[in-house]
Amino acid sequence: MSASLDTTLKPVVPPPDWLPLALAPVLALAALPLVGSPATWATLTLAGLAMGMMIFIMASGLTLIFGLMDVLNFAHAAFITLGAYSATLLLGPRSDWLGADSLVLNAGALLVMVALASAVAAAAGFAFERVIVRPVYGRHLHQILVTVGGLIVAQQLITAAWGPVQVALPLPASFRGIVLVGEVAVERYRLVAVAIGLVVFAAMLLVLNRTRIGLLIRAGVENPEMVEALGYRIRRLFVGVFVAGSALAGLGGVMWGFYREALTPGMGLELTVLVFIVVIIGGLGSVGGCFVGALLVALTANYAGFLAPKLALGSNIVLMVAILLWRSRGLYPVAKR
Amino acid sequence: MPEPLLSLSGVHTHVGPYHILQGVDLAVPGGGVTALLGRNGAGKTSTLRTVMGLWRASAGAIRFAGLEITKAATPDLARGGIAYVPETMSVFSDLTVRENLVLAARAGPPDAARLDWILTLFPALRTFWSVAAGVLSGGQKQMLSVARAIVEPRQLILVDEPTKGLAPAVVANMLAAFAELKRTETTILLVEQNFHFARSLADTVAVMDNGRVVHAGRMAALAADDGLQRRLLGLSLDSHQ
Repeated sequence: MSASLDTTLKPVVPPPDWLPLALAPVLALAALPLVGSPATWATLTLAGLAMGMMIFIMASGLTLIFGLMDVLNFAHAAFITLGAYSATLLLGPRSDWLGADSLVLNAGALLVMVALASAVAAAAGFAFERVIVRPVYGRHLHQILVTVGGLIVAQQLITAAWGPVQVALPLPASFRGIVLVGEVAVERYRLVAVAIGLVVFAAMLLVLNRTRIGLLIRAGVENPEMVEALGYRIRRLFVGVFVAGSALAGLGGVMWGFYREALTPGMGLELTVLVFIVVIIGGLGSVGGCFVGALLVALTANYAGFLAPKLALGSNIVLMVAILLWRSRGLYPVAKR
Repeated sequence: MPEPLLSLSGVHTHVGPYHILQGVDLAVPGGGVTALLGRNGAGKTSTLRTVMGLWRASAGAIRFAGLEITKAATPDLARGGIAYVPETMSVFSDLTVRENLVLAARAGPPDAARLDWILTLFPALRTFWSVAAGVLSGGQKQMLSVARAIVEPRQLILVDEPTKGLAPAVVANMLAAFAELKRTETTILLVEQNFHFARSLADTVAVMDNGRVVHAGRMAALAADDGLQRRLLGLSLDSHQ
């Protein structure tokens, strides 16, 4: 028998899985006749895309932490809130930039606040991983208990520092208001949110697919033990991903804060329901699935909020159930050992 | 007598409530192939995992290249020159063949000449270079798993049942590849159920039972002794054919 038999056996390469990518456009087109007015539909769709990008940014960190480290981090909500609140520290020093009639100064203020939010959340994530999460790796029940406990403590600390009432986070002057495209009113900040979301998504794809760190993360999501057996210290990778995930939560938090122009200590927790739905819909550990899931969740919430406001949150539960009935491990499940 | 490249002295390993290894004594000489044989559940895989630091020895000592490594972390062992080919292959299925090998080459891009040599040993990997490892056949995954372990020179390779579930043609390919690898003076500790495969490669042999090594010696001596085979393995080479 020839030893080359198996070498000529061509693997059955499945075609690229484009179907989940079609879901968001199909959902949008299906909503058009229900909404009626094309202008209203376009406004709702763009609002959904902007909201989806912000949720994606928050959820992408969580899905990587979940996928790579197998950690159920309910305290992710705290990093969302902390990021948003820490941006308010610059409201005093940079208020002249925020209110200036200059796009450059306004963009500079936004950039600095976003950077500060990410940095503070990253630092908090580093400390949280070292002190709270590290002792409970591999123990899900303990993870739930300590991360929920961490979330409660963090919320109380934020309340103690900034007070229980709403804190304003005004948008820089240049990003306020709307632009009219025909009859469609488009909020400027939503365009900014879509642009930032796309940049973050592209950067994540680039890192995951074109760098050694990205290869390690993808391999670690699948089989951390084998990554260690190849000589890589998975703990360092864990810390790096936890810190990056926390920074993304902070970034998403401050973007959401600008979107609402108001912060509350409970904002992260309120968003966490959507964030967890996105992570589950997308497939644990899948950044691409997280992106598609975030768009679906946000579009569904916007259309449902317009068509039947009382069903807005329930609509996302229905969406999650429908997707899990179709693909029980999410849209783009990541192979696990 | 030179010190063996790898030695285990009275090694015990507990996994949860189970006492798996119960005082393993094993010597693996450098530059050859040592087969680790035994019935299912004898402790062969546990021995490899304990050497690799994936399970921690609860007692005893493990020495590699003159150094005590009993408590060494898995990444340090890999960096120190030990490679591991697990029974489950464990290729990264989301990564392509190329990406699997790039990741295994810690020092940077794989050496071109060595890579060419590996792809000569396993031509399928060249053919499916850009294909996700998850869609490869079982044999191709096993080839990739071995290729990943040797993409950079290693002092010791721990290989767990490389022929398990493979078609005879692939087993022949694997045997040729290991024979070629053996010629490079790489030390191999081979866990194998296929006695013919093990006999073809191994210079020395150790047989395990109930978490201990119950026999160690030259492979040629075991291959020539039907009675010893029956006593240690439950089957003789003749009945294996």
